[in-house]
Amino acid sequence: MYTYNEFDEAFVRSRVAQFRAQVARRLDGSLTEDEFKPLRLMNGVYLQLHAYMLRVAIPYGTLNGGQMRQLAYLAERFDKGYGHFTTRQNIQYNWPKLPDIPDMLDALADVQMHAIQTSGNTIRNVTADHFAGAAADEIEDPRPVAELLRQWSTDHPEFQFLPRKFKIAVTGSPNDRAVTRAHDIGLRMVRNAAGAPGFEVLVGGGLGRTPMIGQVVRDFLPKADLLPYCEAIVSVYNLLGRRDNKYKARVKITVHENGLETIRDLVEQRFAELRPLFSGVDQDQLAAIEAQFAAPAFVSRTTAAFDATYATDPVFRSWADTNLAEHRAAGYAIVSVSLKAHGATPGDATATQMRVLADLAERFGHDELRISHEQNVILPHIHKADLPAVHAALKAEGLATANIGLASDIIACPGMDYCALATARSIPVAQELALRFDELKVEHDIGALKIKISGCINACGHHHVGHIGILGLDRAGVENYQITLGGDGTETAAIGERTGPGFAYDEIVPAVERLIEAYMEIREGADETFLQTYRRLGMAPFKTALYGEQAGGRARAA
Amino acid sequence: MSRKFTPKIVTANALRDGDVIYLTEDDGWSPDIAKAELIDDEAHAEIRLIFASQQTGEVVGAYLADAVADTNGPKPVHFREVFRSRGPSNYAHGKQTVQQDRA
Repeated sequence: MYTYNEFDEAFVRSRVAQFRAQVARRLDGSLTEDEFKPLRLMNGVYLQLHAYMLRVAIPYGTLNGGQMRQLAYLAERFDKGYGHFTTRQNIQYNWPKLPDIPDMLDALADVQMHAIQTSGNTIRNVTADHFAGAAADEIEDPRPVAELLRQWSTDHPEFQFLPRKFKIAVTGSPNDRAVTRAHDIGLRMVRNAAGAPGFEVLVGGGLGRTPMIGQVVRDFLPKADLLPYCEAIVSVYNLLGRRDNKYKARVKITVHENGLETIRDLVEQRFAELRPLFSGVDQDQLAAIEAQFAAPAFVSRTTAAFDATYATDPVFRSWADTNLAEHRAAGYAIVSVSLKAHGATPGDATATQMRVLADLAERFGHDELRISHEQNVILPHIHKADLPAVHAALKAEGLATANIGLASDIIACPGMDYCALATARSIPVAQELALRFDELKVEHDIGALKIKISGCINACGHHHVGHIGILGLDRAGVENYQITLGGDGTETAAIGERTGPGFAYDEIVPAVERLIEAYMEIREGADETFLQTYRRLGMAPFKTALYGEQAGGRARAA
Repeated sequence: MSRKFTPKIVTANALRDGDVIYLTEDDGWSPDIAKAELIDDEAHAEIRLIFASQQTGEVVGAYLADAVADTNGPKPVHFREVFRSRGPSNYAHGKQTVQQDRA
């Protein structure tokens, strides 16, 4: 993992000191709210529905045990004993008091963390594949590049007042677990004909009010050109992006309005200017970062303990079948720890749970943890022999739900229970859906299914790329939920299609249940996933399930 | 024809802890919506909002919200204001805990 150098340490500490003085001036009346707001947003502090919210960056979703333990400390000392992991691999505290926030930031700096650029019209926390450095299908660990991008983008003088926020995601695997096609810049590691690793560069993806899938602006970018090329993209956007209309200010609109060819030409022109200015210092820096991300010393030992427990304990077996992913090292597994116990708030972890996760990472997992954009926690390097002990410890804290990738592994934004922008609640819809699936005991039979819920059109809950997407809206003063089907956030990315009229709060859970019943009836065997069935048959049978025979018939005729 | 004015309350968040607060008749702020001043005159509502917006050392983001008279005092109309007056639905946090203590 990356360790701060003296520069990083001094920079983060000085920002905390500045913010401490800014908070003091706000509290003593020297600063108005209009003056203070941009300053607090630069440090991840929002004012939400019931309280302030502090959004802390977890760069590319990676943290160690000590950092997780500090997040637990913050939850207990300054909040209500829990934190909320988000779809951008951040953690949010929902109840801090303004005078305490500088102390929280200092406590974060103690473990090399911060909340800088988690808000505002800047380059935000760079996200990455949560299996980075562990996945069997990986070309290279994308985190060194993500760290290089973090250093480059942090306080970059040219990019502190972009037309709008800017999000970069990076994956080192052909199987895209980082939703790169729904980011302002998506970086997918690929190899060229000579076998050298580089990036396919996507630009102009994004969800929100106008969802768009990112387009390939460069088929193959050599690794050494990454910073000048990204700088060229953001630089072109900074000049061309619209500042007259907030809703047309993201780079996806810039690409859409100007056309990919124009953008590509401008980026290449700018790149030609910038490339000679990069002397190679960035590559020296990258090499130093890569050394810090060297893989742990994996060991070879028997997996007999795993095999024995797997054969005898059905609860362990179910968990292992559902929550483990293939590791690049023989004898190891990637453990996805579900923060989606049936009926729990997606993404929430108590301080006690965070400490258990920190302990497990330190004892069994080479001191590494990841946060996934699906709001779960990953223990990326667990030897199979240790899995029975890990499972037992997780189970004791309500962290052993065997539902990764299943119907109850739901992404939900905070929605109107917390968020000032929300138009409807998300969390209770997720809770009730999960409880219903658990009651019916059907989710293992249903198989792979991604349900994603957003409480407003800004789409923090990624509903556009859910196999079943749910969007909560305010319709004439009542919560109303629209359904989209067929969304996909992977390398075969697609934006979901709206089924038709929305459903009231008390109708949405039964509506989703009808969709799933229909799928179970019409699928070609248990191997065909919900998404595959949708792609084979289209909207019609699902419309019938939702709205009755007439609606389904119209969809077929159309 | 003039449209009927929906009664209003002035609400904001407290500067220090962010808590939802309501302007009272005696120019104070209460965390309890039932203690809010219910305003049924449009011009008076504007005056009260201007007054509230000047309390920059105490409150943030004052605005007018629809409300109706209830037995104990004003209550919210829109569901967003119901949540603001009560707290989140996933945990017994925020105002609802205080309200339980009072009950």
